[in-house]
Amino acid sequence: MSGGTRLENANPLIFQRSGERLLTATDEDEDLADPIDDREIFDILSNQKPHLRSCFLNGLSRTLTSLHLIRSISDPEHPLSLEELNVVEQMRVNVNDEESTVSVEFTPTIPHCSMATLIGLSIKVKLLRSLPDRFKVLLVSSQTHLINKQLADKERVAAALENSQLLEVVNQCLSTRTM
Amino acid sequence: MVALLPCICINRKALKQEAGSELLYEMKGALELLQRVSAHADASCWYVAWSPAGTLLASCGGDRAIRIWGKEGDSWECKSVLADGHQRTVRKVAWSPCGKYLASASFDATTCIWKKTNDDFEFLTVLEGHENEVKCVTWAPSGNLLATCSRDKSVWIWEVDEEDEYECVSVVNSHTQDVKHVVWHPTQELLASASYDNKVCIYKEEDDDWGCRATLEGHESTVWSLAFDPEGQRLASCSDDRTVKIWKESTPGDGSTDESWKCVCNLSGFHGRTVYDVAWCRLTGALATACGDDGVRVFREDPTADPEQPVFFMSAHVPKAHGQDINCVSWNPKEAGLLATCSDNGEFAIWKYNSDS
Repeated sequence: MSGGTRLENANPLIFQRSGERLLTATDEDEDLADPIDDREIFDILSNQKPHLRSCFLNGLSRTLTSLHLIRSISDPEHPLSLEELNVVEQMRVNVNDEESTVSVEFTPTIPHCSMATLIGLSIKVKLLRSLPDRFKVLLVSSQTHLINKQLADKERVAAALENSQLLEVVNQCLSTRTM
Repeated sequence: MVALLPCICINRKALKQEAGSELLYEMKGALELLQRVSAHADASCWYVAWSPAGTLLASCGGDRAIRIWGKEGDSWECKSVLADGHQRTVRKVAWSPCGKYLASASFDATTCIWKKTNDDFEFLTVLEGHENEVKCVTWAPSGNLLATCSRDKSVWIWEVDEEDEYECVSVVNSHTQDVKHVVWHPTQELLASASYDNKVCIYKEEDDDWGCRATLEGHESTVWSLAFDPEGQRLASCSDDRTVKIWKESTPGDGSTDESWKCVCNLSGFHGRTVYDVAWCRLTGALATACGDDGVRVFREDPTADPEQPVFFMSAHVPKAHGQDINCVSWNPKEAGLLATCSDNGEFAIWKYNSDS
């Protein structure tokens, strides 16, 4: 999956948040030929490191706010995370490395269907870009089946991401702010 | 291109077939890998199609290109690259029955027609009209008709005349969602379509009007592909619900023209994920499937079963035929047992199927 974004690098794990820089093992490793550490990727998606997860959601909420898609109730320079804004209530993640499967369940609380689809699409793209090709990704919204069927349809997802406007919005949602 | 060791699986007990009874068949068949080709770099290979003579293979993919492959000695080499026809993913390609034309369906909402001149292909014309992504294009056996379908929920039927002029003669809106695939009957002017709305539609021309004459319901999720058997008596459909269903047309004995299609066989429990494609071999009657669990499977029909209740058993299975989803499977029309598959990893592979290994 291609697409111009700052996250399209060998290590998708670098996030900067409020001056805090999270270094990863490959960051410190001089040998760039090392494969992506699967454990690190699992951690980013698992509930074990909620602050990493909310970094991603932060970027998502910033873009949605700047696009006036959700009313900002805080200082736009320090937007609240999606969870704090009650846009996504929770994200349940299940990873099986041996079977190469990842399933993520998210609960969007925004009643507007296309918003939930955009959030879902962004999460799906994030997963597809972060994981090795062998992984099968299942992303479900606990709220509505209509979104789930679209997100599970890889032909629909691929075609949607060829729409440059939509791709730009998704990339903005996934971008991280450099301080 | 990388030549890998042949992959053979033999003499494994087939899974029991869902039909209420425990039927165990020995999986006597084998699929041998002949060649693996990296066809579309850094993109999905979405479809492969053999030329009618069986000597060329067309592939298309997410890199927006179509490639024509021919055999040089023992290996398949790229003969042509058709790169400037489409602005987005090329989803499917189809050869005309005479082998002189190639049609390509793209997410850019157009269908291109290419004409074969000597050893190369040149762009002939573009068919426009669909509102968004074209998901499939297919030529009728007569060579005079084409059908396309799209996410705009419609199926278009086009006529082509002797001067290579293409004209849309009908737009049919029978589906309520994205139409994934269209296929023509091998001998009659009859068309079938598969959709995201979980249904299959059958179209016939009556009084100069193309319309949906039957709707096949039963799948519990998107129907991705269809294939008629060699005689055109049965239709196989494959779905996101992980099943393959076989349908047969039944004409009621009372002489009325009411045709209905019934599901006469349900292949359930064989596929781990979405079944993206199904292909019915014209030469041997074997049924091949392409699955999202990275596996390719071949099914054979039990010749002793009642024709009204056919029984299919799995004859061969390669669990990790590709490293990612298999999008398409296609039997060579001239060489029995020769099979092509292609995958999201940009590769296609050529296999030799033997029913008794």
